[in-house]
Amino acid sequence: MNYQELIRQTVLNDERFVVMTAENRAVLRELPPVLGPRFIDVGIAEQTMIGAAAGLALRGRIPICHALAPFLIYRAYEFVRTDVGIAHLPVKLSSWIAGFLSEANGPTHQAIEDVALMRAIPGMTVFCPADEADMLAMLPAIWASPDPAYVRLIVRKTDYVHVPFEIGKAEIVCEGTDLTFLVYGLLFEEVRQAAQLLEQQGLSVGIINMRSLKPVDETAILRAAQMSKRLVTVEDHLLTGGLYSIVAETLLRHRQTADVQALALRERWFRPALLPDVLAFEGFTSQHIAQRVLHRAEA
Amino acid sequence: MNSANPTHSTAAADLSAMALRVREHILCLSTDGGCFTGASLSCADLFVFLYTRFLRVGPDRWSDPQRDYLLLSKGHDVPALYGTFVEMGWLPAERLRHHLKTTDHIYWHPNRNIPGVEFHSGSLGHLPAVGLGIALDIRLRGGANRVVVVTGDGELDEGSVWEALLVASAYRLDNLVFVVDRNHFQANVRTEELIPLEPLAAKFEAFGCAVARIDGHSFEQMELAFGRLPFEAGKPSVIIADTVRGKGVPSIEARADRWFCNLTAAEVEALIQELRGEAQAQLTSETLTVR
Repeated sequence: MNYQELIRQTVLNDERFVVMTAENRAVLRELPPVLGPRFIDVGIAEQTMIGAAAGLALRGRIPICHALAPFLIYRAYEFVRTDVGIAHLPVKLSSWIAGFLSEANGPTHQAIEDVALMRAIPGMTVFCPADEADMLAMLPAIWASPDPAYVRLIVRKTDYVHVPFEIGKAEIVCEGTDLTFLVYGLLFEEVRQAAQLLEQQGLSVGIINMRSLKPVDETAILRAAQMSKRLVTVEDHLLTGGLYSIVAETLLRHRQTADVQALALRERWFRPALLPDVLAFEGFTSQHIAQRVLHRAEA
Repeated sequence: MNSANPTHSTAAADLSAMALRVREHILCLSTDGGCFTGASLSCADLFVFLYTRFLRVGPDRWSDPQRDYLLLSKGHDVPALYGTFVEMGWLPAERLRHHLKTTDHIYWHPNRNIPGVEFHSGSLGHLPAVGLGIALDIRLRGGANRVVVVTGDGELDEGSVWEALLVASAYRLDNLVFVVDRNHFQANVRTEELIPLEPLAAKFEAFGCAVARIDGHSFEQMELAFGRLPFEAGKPSVIIADTVRGKGVPSIEARADRWFCNLTAAEVEALIQELRGEAQAQLTSETLTVR
């Protein structure tokens, strides 16, 4: 099973589904002949794709809109907010190469504000799977929901075996008393390895794979805050409006406080390069993460 | 190195030789992570012509408000731009060896850390509007500089391109010229098989532009077209340059799957030989559509 195959099965088994793209076919290559008229490629015209998705949804369709993250979100933002958001239509945004996955494309292609912008829209749900298996476990529930949804796609594989997915629930990978990592997306794997390094230093380390950022698993956040001396949020996103903000809002709402260390991007775009070099340069390899935790280095 | 001198007569043979070297730079960047090879090869001749024969630009006037402007709106063809800058003597060739590395700013889209890049791009359909703003200010100040915006043809799908044309036409900006690298492909498919653009000249004319259509690999036709700008007083100009994606390297010419190439070092060598007409390359790297 992979993303393309899951789409193929979903669309063929349920005629409400259509696939839309703004000519971003890298992982959909085999779908046009298979899906026929229910594969709709509008060309390089993201806002028109979203407007048209709203029209299709008004007629009972569930459009899966697949495009490069920055253009899906930023180019089409007002169409997402106004046409999909206000009408609360079940349009499913499939966001390709968000966060560090844009590698050497440069700032124009860096979707590192996507979580902030998407969760700001009333009724929009936001999901960030950790790896391909996690994504495949999550997508059926997300697509079956009546809500508009934003998903950071990821096709990288890890050896981690995930528990079944439920909207609004995080995955508790392990619990720890010294610190708990809160993480989503591709940095999950780096965090797993960082946790091992820290355990070798004698620390008790928990890991939570957030999965569902909106609705968020408040119970998991609050429990970790009570159990651990420190929470460490790790995200390939700007500090503003991402997981760190979500944790802060959750704690405030419940009149709690915690020692929270944020590993995120601060007021700048990341240095373009191939992924391993980006992780090293920006301090997000497992070794960097472990060192930053040990030395309390946030920036 | 002084700025390009448009009045200096550069023989067509010299331009061809320079374009060949630019294409070698493009091929050399098509490994270790790769680049948008096919889309860069199609506009190599255009850049060589524009920087040697038309634009009044260069290191001695990068900040001169009287200079001409080239805005690269289809930013993914930046290897052709950097290759041209190297051949103009404006960019040290060794900087290209830092392609995709955190040690420099040479990556898949242009940015102003590289002298001569007027504006960053990568998101399509932005620089027609930015160019419009620059042209408006030049008009306000009574300047004689020209603004050239290079777009792709797939890029014309973006509605913002047409909004900019409407406004440029409304403001009668004849100091603005849009050059369309009409290589007949967008990322993964032929334009006419997805969102047909033809009749393209008629579309631009209907938006109030004066249009010429040329062979984008003919320096002679470029000379004639750019030599008579503006085509019509009070109208923005459009030059549709018909080109071939992958031009110069038959193995990857006019192929949807060679838009982006991440080749082995041996394949790059073989393609350079093919470019020089020495031997045809055999490619085994996975065909790539990164979008």
